[in-house]
Amino acid sequence: MTDKVQEHPLDLDSPRLSVKKPEQRYDKQGDMPDAERVELAMQGFMKDFSSTTAIYMESCIHCGHCADACHFYKASEDPKHTPIWKLEPFKQTYKREAGPFAFAYRAFNLKSKVTVEELEEWQHLLYDTCNMCGRCTMICPMGIDIAALVSQARHGMFAAGLMPHELWAVAERAEREGSPLGATPKVLKERIEWLADDFEVKIPLDQPQADVVCTLSSIEIMKYPESIVAVAKIMNHLGINWTLRSDGYEATNFGLLSGNAQWQKDMSLKLINAAIAAGAKTLVLPECGHAYGALRWQGANVYGQPLPFEVLHISEFLAAEVRSGRLKLKKMDQSVTFHDPCQVSRRGGATQAPRDVLQALGVELREMQDSGDLGYCCGGGGGVVTIHRADELRHAAFGIKMRQIDATGAKLPVTSCSNCRQTFDDGQAHYQWDKKMASLLELVAEHIVD
Amino acid sequence: MELLEFARGPGLTISITIFIIGVVWRLLGIFRLGRKPDHSKPRSTATTTGALRMILRRMWPHREFLSDTAIATVNGYLYHLGWFLAFLVFAPHIAFVKRVTGISWPALPDPVMYVATAIAILGLSMALLRRLTDPVLRLLSNFDDYFSWFVTMLPLITGMALIPPEKYTEPVPLAIHLLSLELLLVWMPFGKLSHAFLVFISRGTTGAAFARKGARP
Repeated sequence: MTDKVQEHPLDLDSPRLSVKKPEQRYDKQGDMPDAERVELAMQGFMKDFSSTTAIYMESCIHCGHCADACHFYKASEDPKHTPIWKLEPFKQTYKREAGPFAFAYRAFNLKSKVTVEELEEWQHLLYDTCNMCGRCTMICPMGIDIAALVSQARHGMFAAGLMPHELWAVAERAEREGSPLGATPKVLKERIEWLADDFEVKIPLDQPQADVVCTLSSIEIMKYPESIVAVAKIMNHLGINWTLRSDGYEATNFGLLSGNAQWQKDMSLKLINAAIAAGAKTLVLPECGHAYGALRWQGANVYGQPLPFEVLHISEFLAAEVRSGRLKLKKMDQSVTFHDPCQVSRRGGATQAPRDVLQALGVELREMQDSGDLGYCCGGGGGVVTIHRADELRHAAFGIKMRQIDATGAKLPVTSCSNCRQTFDDGQAHYQWDKKMASLLELVAEHIVD
Repeated sequence: MELLEFARGPGLTISITIFIIGVVWRLLGIFRLGRKPDHSKPRSTATTTGALRMILRRMWPHREFLSDTAIATVNGYLYHLGWFLAFLVFAPHIAFVKRVTGISWPALPDPVMYVATAIAILGLSMALLRRLTDPVLRLLSNFDDYFSWFVTMLPLITGMALIPPEKYTEPVPLAIHLLSLELLLVWMPFGKLSHAFLVFISRGTTGAAFARKGARP
């Protein structure tokens, strides 16, 4: 009798009968012919070609070092997870359509046109296996910013309707409802009323004028609401004229993560307009990595001019208050290791800020083998944590981080990104790990000297 | 026209012309795309220093990456240094440049040059072996990688074929040696050997952007 499961061999050793390699799934949005998808992807890629893209595309020497920096490659040892390989269709389009020798590439078909099959395959590589954490950028001997290129390549994938369904769905919800997790203005208002009551703390919402506008991550609103209380306690303690705004509070930019530049702009403009409406001098971003990249470094560019207020990550805000002596903290007698959110530290330049805050908390800081600007990503950033089919590889990549934390012997891991925190909670459950990730913001709020 | 006469005359002129036009074309092709201004408030305005820092910093990998990259990096240094020593401070090469341009500089003894060439050949062979056996490199590699390796290796091999000194001026082997260098010059602007000048632009671009953000090079 013919074995009908040749394609998907049964894994007879596992406790639950399963296939070793579940059928690979590629998601598509919209209904259009393949040729149109390819065309849209190429247009999406090409819209982003600048001299910076060209320099990077022309400079790769195929040394393969970027693989050694990538947690997904380290976890899988699959050559396809080499960061620069994830850009192959993007590079192919550049060489064929926009490079200095594009005419020759087209005339002699030296680089073939990207196909829909290639784009489907690269959906997995551009979304499931890249957090845009930029560790590969740090190893590249040519200094190519691979993470920035992946972000650009996602624009083409979104335009072609070729992205993971879950990430598309949360991004679309964020655009439509104002939050990827259903934290609508109404939900926010209810949460704030509840938190203000329960924790007996004043949480100003929609103050017409404020010096500081604070923003949140939907993960905080829905999963870690104590973070909102922590912000309120600290701001109130410092006597700052501050507010949350229901017309601009959600800072996790799923437009950026999914690759929809218009949605990215819409989401950033909400925050920018809210801060301007309040006449704010400072906008404080929440414990969220990509929120920092989206507004601190890209916000002014989507706005088209410099922002009329300062943008600070909450860890930068806390560090400034601690350094100035305005915020005094009780000492913690504990060993701590800090997990750097990639977009705030490595790609944001604010690596020292959380360390200054930890010093003020008097902890014994035990750095990981790879820490600070060279630390490993938790594996959840860039929207990857939303993609279910990526779980197995993501958990394997998380294992690197988990082992490095264990090796420090520190009792408490701390971070300042709620998305990292969520990824750690997921990893903790998956591995039945004995450590729970803590929030720097919440630790500070718990240790204010009255 | 004798082969050597061609290699020393029109061959050299043609290859240098293609090299210059090719490099200029490639750079124009890159910079014509332009870029949008960055309106974000910089953490630092020392972007030129940042570019220079990145150019220097990436001469050697960060400590965290050394265990994976040290061997390939050292090998890279060996064949780059060996190749350039043999190219720049070998007495017959200096004599050739002097004949064409009138400029000259001191040479290193011939035996030192033989060792430098041998190191370059060994290093390039190791690099090729790695490219052929490492799964990541095999996946990434294309025609450019192998042809660029070939045109880099060829002048070393054809040069070694001219040893000992009595054979330095044998017309046909010398012509082949010169033509091999001319092939390298012709290919350089079109393939990955352009990293010889792109390395500064690429590192500098990221270095300036990172300095603006206050990020580590």
